[in-house]
Amino acid sequence: MKSSSTPSEAPATARVIALAGNPNSGKTSVFNALTGLRRKVGNYPGVTVERREGRMELPDGHAARLFDLPGTYSLYAASEDERIARDVLLGLAPGIPRPDVVIAVVDASNLERNLYLATQLLESGVPVVVALNMIDIAERSGTPVDAAALEKELGVPVVEVVGRTGQGAEELKAACARARTAGRLWRMPRLVEQALGRVREAVSAAGIVHPGAEDGEALRLLTYARDEDPSFATGGERLREVVRQGRAELEQEGIDRVALEAECRYALCRSLDEKARRPSTGRISTSERIDKLLTHRVLGPVIFVLVMGTIFQAVYTWAIPFMDWIELATRWAGHAARGVLGEGVLADLIVDGGIAGVGNVLVFLPQICLLFFFLTVLDDVGYLARAAFLVDRVMKGVGLHGKAFVPLMSSFACAVPGIMATRTMSNRRDRLLTMMVAPLISCSARLPVYVLLIGAFVPIGYQGLALLSMYLLSVTMALTAAWVLKRLLFRGESGTFLLELPTYKLPSAKQVIRTVLGRARIFTVQAGTVILAISIVLWFLAYYPRSEEIAEQAEQRIAAGENPAEVANWRDGLQIRQSYIGRLGKGIEPVIRPLGFDWRTGVGIISAFAAREVLVSTLGIVFSVGEADESSALLRDELRDAKRPDGMPAYTILSAISLMVFFVLACQCMATLAVVRRETNSLRWPLFLFSYMTVLAYLGSLAVYQGGLALGFG
Amino acid sequence: MLNMAQIPLGARISGTKAGCSHLACLEPGEFGRVRAVGGETRLRRRLLEMGFVSGAQVRVVRFAPLRDPIEVELHGYHISLRRAEAREILIDPV
Repeated sequence: MKSSSTPSEAPATARVIALAGNPNSGKTSVFNALTGLRRKVGNYPGVTVERREGRMELPDGHAARLFDLPGTYSLYAASEDERIARDVLLGLAPGIPRPDVVIAVVDASNLERNLYLATQLLESGVPVVVALNMIDIAERSGTPVDAAALEKELGVPVVEVVGRTGQGAEELKAACARARTAGRLWRMPRLVEQALGRVREAVSAAGIVHPGAEDGEALRLLTYARDEDPSFATGGERLREVVRQGRAELEQEGIDRVALEAECRYALCRSLDEKARRPSTGRISTSERIDKLLTHRVLGPVIFVLVMGTIFQAVYTWAIPFMDWIELATRWAGHAARGVLGEGVLADLIVDGGIAGVGNVLVFLPQICLLFFFLTVLDDVGYLARAAFLVDRVMKGVGLHGKAFVPLMSSFACAVPGIMATRTMSNRRDRLLTMMVAPLISCSARLPVYVLLIGAFVPIGYQGLALLSMYLLSVTMALTAAWVLKRLLFRGESGTFLLELPTYKLPSAKQVIRTVLGRARIFTVQAGTVILAISIVLWFLAYYPRSEEIAEQAEQRIAAGENPAEVANWRDGLQIRQSYIGRLGKGIEPVIRPLGFDWRTGVGIISAFAAREVLVSTLGIVFSVGEADESSALLRDELRDAKRPDGMPAYTILSAISLMVFFVLACQCMATLAVVRRETNSLRWPLFLFSYMTVLAYLGSLAVYQGGLALGFG
Repeated sequence: MLNMAQIPLGARISGTKAGCSHLACLEPGEFGRVRAVGGETRLRRRLLEMGFVSGAQVRVVRFAPLRDPIEVELHGYHISLRRAEAREILIDPV
C-alpha cells in the first residue's frame, strides 16, 4: 500500500537537526558524541523543560545546529515534554526553526518499545535517520539487531552507534545527508482510514501543519486530542466537525479510538522487531541477576540506606573542606583587593559586595558537583529508578513521587542542589511539588542559627532535644506541605508512577564529568548572576546611608587612645543601625513584635536573605562585637544581656525558640529562589515559594511565642 | 460480583488465575495476557503507549518491599507501576 505522505529527501546541507528518543535510550550520550564541548543550555519558553543545543560539524564542512529534544515515549502532546518535542518537529516552537532532519535514537537492546516513537517520527514529515544505539549491549545481552534489515523495513538510513564511546558518530553525521521521510507503515480498518482521510483533508485545508505532517496530525486529532487542543482553535469549526463526525462513526462500529493507534503501532513494532532481530545468541542478561540483589525484599532496603547514606555524607560532610577553601579564598581575595584599592567606597563595594557575592555563588559548587556526580553515576547505572521503586510506597503517602526522595534528602545539606536534583523527575507536577517543599527541609545553613540561639538560651541538658525538635519540625512541615499543596495546587491532575526500569549499564567517566561540569556551569551562570546581583543590593542597603558624624566620632575616640578594634565594632554597629537595612528592621518591628523579635532581630532577618547563616554575623555587627560566628561567647553574652528600651530583656528562651521556628519555616535564601526561578523558568513559582513559606514562618513563630506567653513562659 | 460456585472446581485448585482479572492480583513469576486497559483517558493512553496493548504478554517480576509498586516485564523490558494503576490493566490467564 502506498504511503499517504510522499517521501522526501533531506536538503543538500542540513542546517537544523533534532535529536529525539525515549528516556534511557542513551540520547544524551549520542548528543555528546555528536557535538563539541560548547553547547547552549536554557529552557523552552514558559516551561520547566530544559532546552539543549550544540554545534555539529558535518562531513561536508558545514556546521549544523543540533537540538536535543526532551526524552519521550510518544509525540501525542499528553505531557509538557511531548508537546515540546512535537512543537519543535512541526516548527511551532518559538526560536527554533523547523528541523531539516531528525535523528531518532533507538535503543537496540529494547527495540520493540523504542520503535514506537521512531515510527511516529517517520510520520512527522521531517526526514529521519535512525541511530541504532547501544548495539554493544544488545549483542552482549543476546538480542543483536540487523541494522541493514531494519533499514530495508523502515526505508530510512539506520546507523549503528555506541553513544557512550562515540563509535559510529561520524557515520551518523554522514547519514544525515541521506535522511528520508517514510510516512505511515501501517494501516487501520477501512472505515477508520476513510474517516482519517476526511480529517487529513480538513487539516490540509486549514494549513495547521506543514506538508508531510498532515497524516500524523490528523490521526492525533481523530483519536486522542482533547477539545482544548490548540490545533482545534487554529483549524476552525470545519475541522472540529469532521473530527466529531469521524469519532461518532468509530464509536458506532465499536472501535476504541484511544487504543487504536497504540494497538496498530505495536503490531507494526512487533513485526519490525521480528524481522530486524538476528537469531538470539542465547545469553541471559545479567541485569535480572543484579536486580534480584538490589531490589530484594530485605537486602534492597539495606543497600538503599547505604547508598543514600553515602550520598548524604558526601553532600553534608565531604563538601565542607571545599566550601571552607572557597570561603578562605574569597576572604583572601578580599584582603588582596583591599591592599590594592585601599580604603573607600569603591573598595567596600568590590570587596563586601562583589567579591563576597561571587563567594556566595561559588560556595554552592562543591555540594552541587558532589551530588550530581553521584546522581549521574546512579542514573546512568540504572539505580535511581530502582531507588524510586523501593521507596515510592512511603513517599506516596504524602503525595510525592518515589523519585522525590533523593532531592529531599539532599536538601538536608542544601536546598539548592536538592532543587537541581529534581531534574531526574520527568513529570512536571511531581517535580514542582518537590521543589516547593524541599526548602522546608532543615538545611545546613540553618545550623549556625540553631547553635547560636540554643547555646545562648537553652539550658545545658535540653540543648540536644531542642536541636532535634527543629529537625523534626522541619520534616513534619515538609511532608504536611506536600500533602496540602498537592491538594491545593495540583488537584485533579492524577499522577502516574509508570517508571521504566532500564537494564544496568556501566557509566562512562567522560559523560559523568561532562554532566557534572554542565550542571555547575548552569548554576554559576544562570542562578549565580541573580545571586550576585542580590548580594550587591543587600550590601548597598546595609552600607548606605553613611553617617559622617559617626565616622568622625570614631576617629576622635581612636585619636584619644581607645582600642581601635573596639571602636571599629562600635562604629559598625551604629552605622548598620542607621543604614537602610537598619531602618527597614525598625520599620518592620511592629509586625514582628508579636513574634517576640525586636528591630535588631529584624535587621538580622532581612540580612539573612543573603543566606541564613548571615543572621549570626549580622547580629555580631548590630551588637558591636565585630566578626562573630555561632560559637562566639561574646555574642551569646550580648544576646542574653540585650535590653529593650523598657528595660526588659530583648531575648528570652521563648523568643529564641520563636526565632528558630521562624528560620525552620521561612525561605530566607536568595540562592534557593534564584535556582527555583532557573529551574521553573518563571517568576511565579519562586514568588509563590517565598510567600507561602514566609506566611508559614510568621504564623508558626506567632503560635510559639503567643502560645508560650499564654502558658506563662515569659 | 464473582460467584465462587460458578467457577469450575479444577480452576480454583490450579492457582490464583481463576479469580484474577487484572494485573494487580498476579503474584511474582506469574504471567498474563493483556485484554484491555481501563482508567481515565490520560493514564489509559500512557499505559497503551508503554505497551500494555491487547494481546501483550506481561510477567510480574517482583513487588517492592512494601508490596507496592510492582515490577513487570513486557515487550522485553521492565517497567514499574503502582497497584492502583495495575488494577486498570485487565488480563487473561496465559
